[in-house]
Amino acid sequence: MSMKFDSPAGPNPIDRQRVVGHPLDRIDGPLKVTGGALYAYEQHEAAPEAVYGWVVGATIGKGRVRSIDARDAEAAPGVLAIVTAANAGPLKKSRSHTAHLLAGPRVEHYDQAVALVVAESFEQARDAARLLRIDYAIEKGRYDLAAARGAAKIASDKDATTKAGDFDGAFKAAAVTLDHVYTTPDQSHQMMEPHATIAAWQGDKLTLWTSNQMVAWAVRDMATTLGIPRENVRVVSPYIGGGFGSKLWIRADALLAALASRKVGRPVKVALARPQIANNTTHRPATIQRLRIGADKDGVISAISHESWSGDLPGGGPETATQQTRLLYRGENRFTAHYLTELDLPEGNAMRAPGEAVGLLALEVAMDELAEKVGLDPVELRIRNDVQFDPEKGPERPFSSRKLVECLKIGAERFHWSRRSPKPAQVRDGRWLIGMGMASAFRNNLVQKSAARVGVDAKGIVTVETDMTDIGTGSYTIIAQTAAEMMGVTIDKVAVRLGDSLFPASAGSGGQWGANSSTAGVYAACVALRNAVAQKAGFNAEDADFVDGHVVAGNRRIRLGEAAGADGVTVTDSIEFGDLDERYAQATFGAHFCEVGVDAATGEVRIRRQGGAFAAGRIINPKSARNQVIGAMTMGVGAALMEELIVDKRFGYFATRDLADYHVPVHADIPEQDVFFVEELDDKSSPMKAKGVGELGICGAGAAIANAIYNATGVRIREFPLTLDKLIEKLPPMV
Amino acid sequence: MEIEGISDEGSDGMTRRSVLAAGAMTATLSATPSLEAKPLPKSDAPQLTKVNLNVNGKRQTLSLDPRTTLLDTLREHLHLTGTKKGCDHGQCGACTVIVEGRRINSCLTLAVMHDGDAVTTIEGLGTPDDLHPMQKAFVAHDGYQCGYCTPGQICSAVAVLEEIKAGVPSHVSDDLLDIAYSDDEVRERMSGNICRCAAYPNIVAAIRDVAGENKA
Amino acid sequence: MKPFTYVRATDPVEAAREAAGHPGARFIAGGTNLLDLMKVQVETPGHLIDINKLGLDKIEKTSDGGLRIGALVRNTDLAADKRVRRDYGVLTRALVSGASGQLRNKATTAGNLLQRTRCAYFYDISKPCNKRKPGSGCAAIGGFSRSLAILGTSDTCIATHPSDMAVAMRLLDATIETVNPAGASRAIPIADFHKLPGSTPHIETALAPGELITGVVLPRPLGGKHIYRKVRDRASYAFALVSVAAVIGPDGQRFAFGGVAAKPWRVEAAEKLKGMEAIAASVTLGAVTTEQNAFKLTLLQRTLGAVLVEAKA
Repeated sequence: MSMKFDSPAGPNPIDRQRVVGHPLDRIDGPLKVTGGALYAYEQHEAAPEAVYGWVVGATIGKGRVRSIDARDAEAAPGVLAIVTAANAGPLKKSRSHTAHLLAGPRVEHYDQAVALVVAESFEQARDAARLLRIDYAIEKGRYDLAAARGAAKIASDKDATTKAGDFDGAFKAAAVTLDHVYTTPDQSHQMMEPHATIAAWQGDKLTLWTSNQMVAWAVRDMATTLGIPRENVRVVSPYIGGGFGSKLWIRADALLAALASRKVGRPVKVALARPQIANNTTHRPATIQRLRIGADKDGVISAISHESWSGDLPGGGPETATQQTRLLYRGENRFTAHYLTELDLPEGNAMRAPGEAVGLLALEVAMDELAEKVGLDPVELRIRNDVQFDPEKGPERPFSSRKLVECLKIGAERFHWSRRSPKPAQVRDGRWLIGMGMASAFRNNLVQKSAARVGVDAKGIVTVETDMTDIGTGSYTIIAQTAAEMMGVTIDKVAVRLGDSLFPASAGSGGQWGANSSTAGVYAACVALRNAVAQKAGFNAEDADFVDGHVVAGNRRIRLGEAAGADGVTVTDSIEFGDLDERYAQATFGAHFCEVGVDAATGEVRIRRQGGAFAAGRIINPKSARNQVIGAMTMGVGAALMEELIVDKRFGYFATRDLADYHVPVHADIPEQDVFFVEELDDKSSPMKAKGVGELGICGAGAAIANAIYNATGVRIREFPLTLDKLIEKLPPMV
Repeated sequence: MEIEGISDEGSDGMTRRSVLAAGAMTATLSATPSLEAKPLPKSDAPQLTKVNLNVNGKRQTLSLDPRTTLLDTLREHLHLTGTKKGCDHGQCGACTVIVEGRRINSCLTLAVMHDGDAVTTIEGLGTPDDLHPMQKAFVAHDGYQCGYCTPGQICSAVAVLEEIKAGVPSHVSDDLLDIAYSDDEVRERMSGNICRCAAYPNIVAAIRDVAGENKA
Repeated sequence: MKPFTYVRATDPVEAAREAAGHPGARFIAGGTNLLDLMKVQVETPGHLIDINKLGLDKIEKTSDGGLRIGALVRNTDLAADKRVRRDYGVLTRALVSGASGQLRNKATTAGNLLQRTRCAYFYDISKPCNKRKPGSGCAAIGGFSRSLAILGTSDTCIATHPSDMAVAMRLLDATIETVNPAGASRAIPIADFHKLPGSTPHIETALAPGELITGVVLPRPLGGKHIYRKVRDRASYAFALVSVAAVIGPDGQRFAFGGVAAKPWRVEAAEKLKGMEAIAASVTLGAVTTEQNAFKLTLLQRTLGAVLVEAKA
């Protein structure tokens, strides 16, 4: 059973939008505001009498563990066991992981877990860790991306290089050219909930209560790593305190908790300490990006090239920063390339909008520079270079829907863009230099197959079960809305259960595919449920409508619960996607606008206004969708102004290990944020006619800020983050 | 991952002993690690200390390792898991509770330091069937996403409105002697509660709502 | 966190004697810095003396028109005190620019003075640090030093003192009152309280073992315009890159600087000079910078310039 989505969606019950499309309060809200939502470390009832594990990370960047003397640690009060590679038993490395989750004897990166100290109490475990005597042999490591850039090779992923036309020739011939290098730093997700797991065994069956975005992957990778059957692993992740890509795959907390629990015969709970997260878990790798653009004197692009260099551990992958450049603007002559070098820094991997988030920091600043060169308004430049088909492939591959121009125009008007001074460094308000900047927003729309179990009981209560996760994205509510719309009930008649591997496998939360794909999976299951209920009640399934809590066809109208019967009806179904995303380029679009104040004396940058207009298909819940966008815009503020994992090359690690050194925006950094959703339905994306929106808000936000800083000061900085030390030497002398 | 034997190959002549015990240097070990070697005798467990806390109006008497923070007391001993551990170092505010009428970071205080104190946690502010006005406002204004910082935000928000009423000045107060509500005051005062999902404007809207500051 | 024995003191001299009788003991008041360091084993006291109930939590006028601030007055209360707001505005401004509301509710006057550097290597016991372990080296020199000191450093240590309050108190010529295990009191001018690293970065203050701060005395109020300007990488909840405390009036001007040294930095001779460049040049004489923190020289000068402009407005 599976619904195959391989032709554009026609009219369907979702279009009625009695529940879908409304800014309903989150159904998990009351639990979250009262402390009743249980996160991984908090499952006291489900895993009583758990003991505590404290992770010990390597204090070298590369080398080997020569020995671990655990005698004093084992003798410490309350200690039950010390888990290391030496006693963990055979472990495999799953394909999801570049570095091993448990080091030993090789140490592949700083703070890689080398041991877990298990004790009756948290305080005892943490304290006993200091008694471990670990002898390392240090090897020389590679920690300098800039130095390694020359030796970088084309990455091995598909489409690592792309070409169209003759870039070199067209660039040479262009009337106006631009050739600049931009850099972005290593970045850290720093979600509010540290990675955490409680593991418990019953016989050879393992249960993990863990904070994880992709439940089915967690099952797969835990089974692979331990060498046990998947059926023996259950993963439960009903509430996740943020992920942003950091919790796509299981991490050391999960593996170590499982190993420890097996060893001591009790549930074991492990959470990473905040200062461990930066180096122990994955991060977004730094990039060096070269943008070359050739255009005519009217700003129409004829040649565009985007190259990006990044590093990762052996076997890793690049930050795919050129992705958006392949699709965003016109130009017949094109070249993109991802280069990858080996670095021994901690593992690089996905962080919110991998590729676009940092690729647009470069591309959209380059476009701002091009606008200045040709004397065009930056918004007008984007409008002139809009393209309604895949510019690499031509008109045979149109966009499924693309409302970039509407976003630009509406966004500009809402922001009072016309008040901007086209000449930089013209506007002052007391101690503040004022400027406005903008950028396009772009993020690919990915689709993933997704399943759900849906049922309706004799009372007309609809229940949805799927392993889909809610990482703050609002999954509980939009899934409830989808089921409510399909079954013709109000949202209070829907119960949603998520995040358990016992439930059908969903798309999971990643790549902004979660909302669209998981609700599409629920849609498919509800179609099957409607058919089953209609049949059971003696209706012709094709004629039956589900509305106002009733099943209606012709002049028959019965309560949904009555139609379901005393035993109710439950079905499981899924959605699978055909090749519509190959035939059509599918993406979400938007326009970011920002007004900054730059302190004329110190170079401090403060956001005064931030807004945007976005076209991301049907917005299933405008309240939670808006929150996703403003939250991502704020992450863009962080990327533009403050976030940087600072590398200490001598020790081979990120020295900014905690929230005092790795700055993320606080309340005072963020003004009112304006978000406008351009109405759009994308019938080629899914039956929901929705697309993703969770990552779109970060894509381009930081570039709008950078461009605003230029407009305010006349100083162009191409190295992110744009901290005051980079600006201050270039500001006008003080009178 | 195969378990390799320990050898000196590839060590490059550089070794570094990582001794996490402050100040202690032990003799070089030449043998392979011997976790099977005779364990040293177990040290005595630390003394437990009796602590009385009044948590959400209920008196609790506990026997605690003195190292137990108020945060871990709530989460691990009283199973009041509403208060969250975001960083355990006073850098994020997720652990904010109200003690003797003041908001504090419960991760940077020991339970034993609060003998006899009244502690209000998120659970004490309201329940799903009986929400505190601030909790209600957070739901209405979508003042959360993942929810992990939310209890700390709400406890802080309740305290912030009291602090403004009491005339406590802030970094953004123009006139130190005349303290009044403003959205900027709220943003500044709430800056000790980090939200990485960044629901910030919605949180401010919820607080504004409860403060009665919504102009039509 | 190592296990410790815990007692509650009820009298200052008793507390001091208790400390003297337990080498390695620590007083705990707010605990917001001490516990932070205990969790990462930078501080490993075997004995904690809780001094929260010593009754040193009043702010009272002194006989010569100044203020005596009890050691245990919480930062929030000190900042909010009407007399402080009215007469020592720079102190309120400094206090409310620091930390967060939650931390200010707990942190005490004395604790704020005694808080230790936030250098990332000081906090990491796996790294060399002459302050933690004399002679082991300084990982910050040649490392992550963007937020660290440019003045009063030595080749053993470039740590900064992170307090905002202390900068304002230095500006106001505060005096720190203490009591020792023998019951003797003394008053230490704040200028002499914090020590520069020299060759002994592990010695941070003038306190003797067991000596307990009982209060801070401010002289009679200065008139003039009170300014505390704190420059940081985000709008709130961050340590100063550079801060400037200033009182400027018809009787003269005085400046103290934070974020640049292991103690609040004040050069009285500079206060006789006129103009941003001259004052800054005098204040930053002898500065030694790293590649990462060299910008602080420019930043100090320009922030001072902004303060001078604000004072005129």
